[in-house]
Amino acid sequence: MSHYETIVRELLYQLADDNFIHSYRGSEWLGLAPHIEEDVAFSSISQDTMGHASIYYQLLEKLLEVPVDEISHNRKPEEFRNAILLEEVNGPGDYLNSPKYDWAFTVVRHLFFNIFKDIRLQSLNQSSYEPLVHAARKIQTEQYYHLMHWKTWFYQLMSSTEEARSRMEQAIYRVWRDFGGVLTLGKYGGEMSDLKLIAPEAQLKEEWLNQIQQLFSEVDFTIKDDPGMEKGNGRNGEHTSDLVDALNVLSEVYISDEEAVGW
Amino acid sequence: MEVIHYRELTDEEKYEHFMERIENDEKIEAGDWMPDEYRKALIKLISSHGASEIMGALPEKEWVPKAPTIDRKLSIMAKVQDEMGHGQLLLRVAEDLLKPMGKNREDLLQDLFSKKLKFHNVFHMPSPTWADAAIIAWLVDGAAILTQTMLLKTSYGPYGRALKRICQEESFHAKHGESLVLALASGTEKQKQMLQESLNRWWEPLLMFFGPKSTKDIGHSSVDINMKYKIRFKTNEELRQEFLTKYVEKIQLLGLTIPDETICFDEEKQEWIYQQPDWKKFKQVVSGNGPRSDARISLRRDSYDESEWVREALSDYKNKNQSLVG
Ligand SMILES: [Fe+2]
Ligand SMILES: [Fe+2]
Repeated sequence: MSHYETIVRELLYQLADDNFIHSYRGSEWLGLAPHIEEDVAFSSISQDTMGHASIYYQLLEKLLEVPVDEISHNRKPEEFRNAILLEEVNGPGDYLNSPKYDWAFTVVRHLFFNIFKDIRLQSLNQSSYEPLVHAARKIQTEQYYHLMHWKTWFYQLMSSTEEARSRMEQAIYRVWRDFGGVLTLGKYGGEMSDLKLIAPEAQLKEEWLNQIQQLFSEVDFTIKDDPGMEKGNGRNGEHTSDLVDALNVLSEVYISDEEAVGW
Repeated sequence: MEVIHYRELTDEEKYEHFMERIENDEKIEAGDWMPDEYRKALIKLISSHGASEIMGALPEKEWVPKAPTIDRKLSIMAKVQDEMGHGQLLLRVAEDLLKPMGKNREDLLQDLFSKKLKFHNVFHMPSPTWADAAIIAWLVDGAAILTQTMLLKTSYGPYGRALKRICQEESFHAKHGESLVLALASGTEKQKQMLQESLNRWWEPLLMFFGPKSTKDIGHSSVDINMKYKIRFKTNEELRQEFLTKYVEKIQLLGLTIPDETICFDEEKQEWIYQQPDWKKFKQVVSGNGPRSDARISLRRDSYDESEWVREALSDYKNKNQSLVG
């Protein structure tokens, strides 16, 4: 594998794993959303997101000559490149037993990530790696609706009851503490932008901060510090036990029968 | 053409006119006059159909994150999402019927939590393996398709229109289920065994799904009223017979064994002979005392309570913005 391909692979893992884990956390909400209309809309979004992961895993499949499902369902946690923020649980309890999920955290995490995802896709639109350009264009068509959805939730909850406002602010602080892990491109970031695969990390981050400031100003909110990376850098293979648990659930059936050739 | 002024008619005359419309296969709409008995029968049928869709999403939801491959994850997500959508559609139809009685969706959900609003027996059952997701999509949906297709011609217009959309999506569910079952049936010994065990678990609940043959079995039935008003057109037993005709051979062709040694087709009577399910158990299950009833209902109720603040915030936001406009 050429050096170029090695770096492409690193980037593809970030893109695929971000969407895979993010979709999983979304799908845990199925049937539990605040109202039935939201359940339907949210699960459509999680499904699209899983579709995006699939598009990136297919690019990896071609590159690595390893089947999509082996890549997505049979890798060790330290081989995952998603941001740690995205693997964090939705709240205490698991999705089968008395989940106490946090809707405010979900709204903020989804919105902030989707703003970044949008910026990242725009940059991938000019990538030197042709297959990524096609993938990005395909995914972008669904992005507009997702962003609108979470923005609506954000505005409404930020400008309603006191309780909602305070829950949302708590959620923003919590997401902020680790959003740096979403914004980073990891240890190969410099090479990624040198090879024109994606814009430099600093540029992506600046654009994101601009959009977030804009958003905050509309709801009369400010935050001084830069987003942190308290729990570590998932782009370099650092992860929490939340990912280990998530992967156990995601792969439970796939790895339950080693002889199985099809599912 | 004769113009009838409803206000001038006695209740009896209204009823007669209504029944004439039913006899002529006219569709009744939400704003039309209807006898209480008709309204109540519709509310009971449609709200429990809606509740079944919503509660029916739960046993499969358990397998959404665990679906073995990316493609399976995508298709089961799409399927469960459809079921939630069906629930939404049906609850809206039920809500319109409830309005004149001063009730709304909140009441329906509270009735669901307190077990007053019943849902299908199958969704009270456990789904402990991936094969259950397969059997549910193939056979439970298969059974539901038969019932829902029968209801398509229902005399209540809004219900019929909702069902039309539901049935279109159901054909995708059946394909999804067939594909899951086929993969396991043609897989390893372990996969085949998992599938067989799941069929064993689901066979009795599947027979129960259509309801008892005669009112004797559980003591009461709304089937007669529903037939009188052309809300439905077939009896429980007719539907069950249809189900057996459609699936028994298919199941056997997959190499699976139906857990009923007595099952056979009686050529003379032109009907299936089968082991009767335990109707006492059925009654218990649908009253909310099935193996997973409490767990699933409390999953719904707790998550609903947990997001109370969100619904409060939404209505607060709506009020604020209305007063700004007004
Ligand atoms: Fe359905
Ligand atoms: Fe279905």
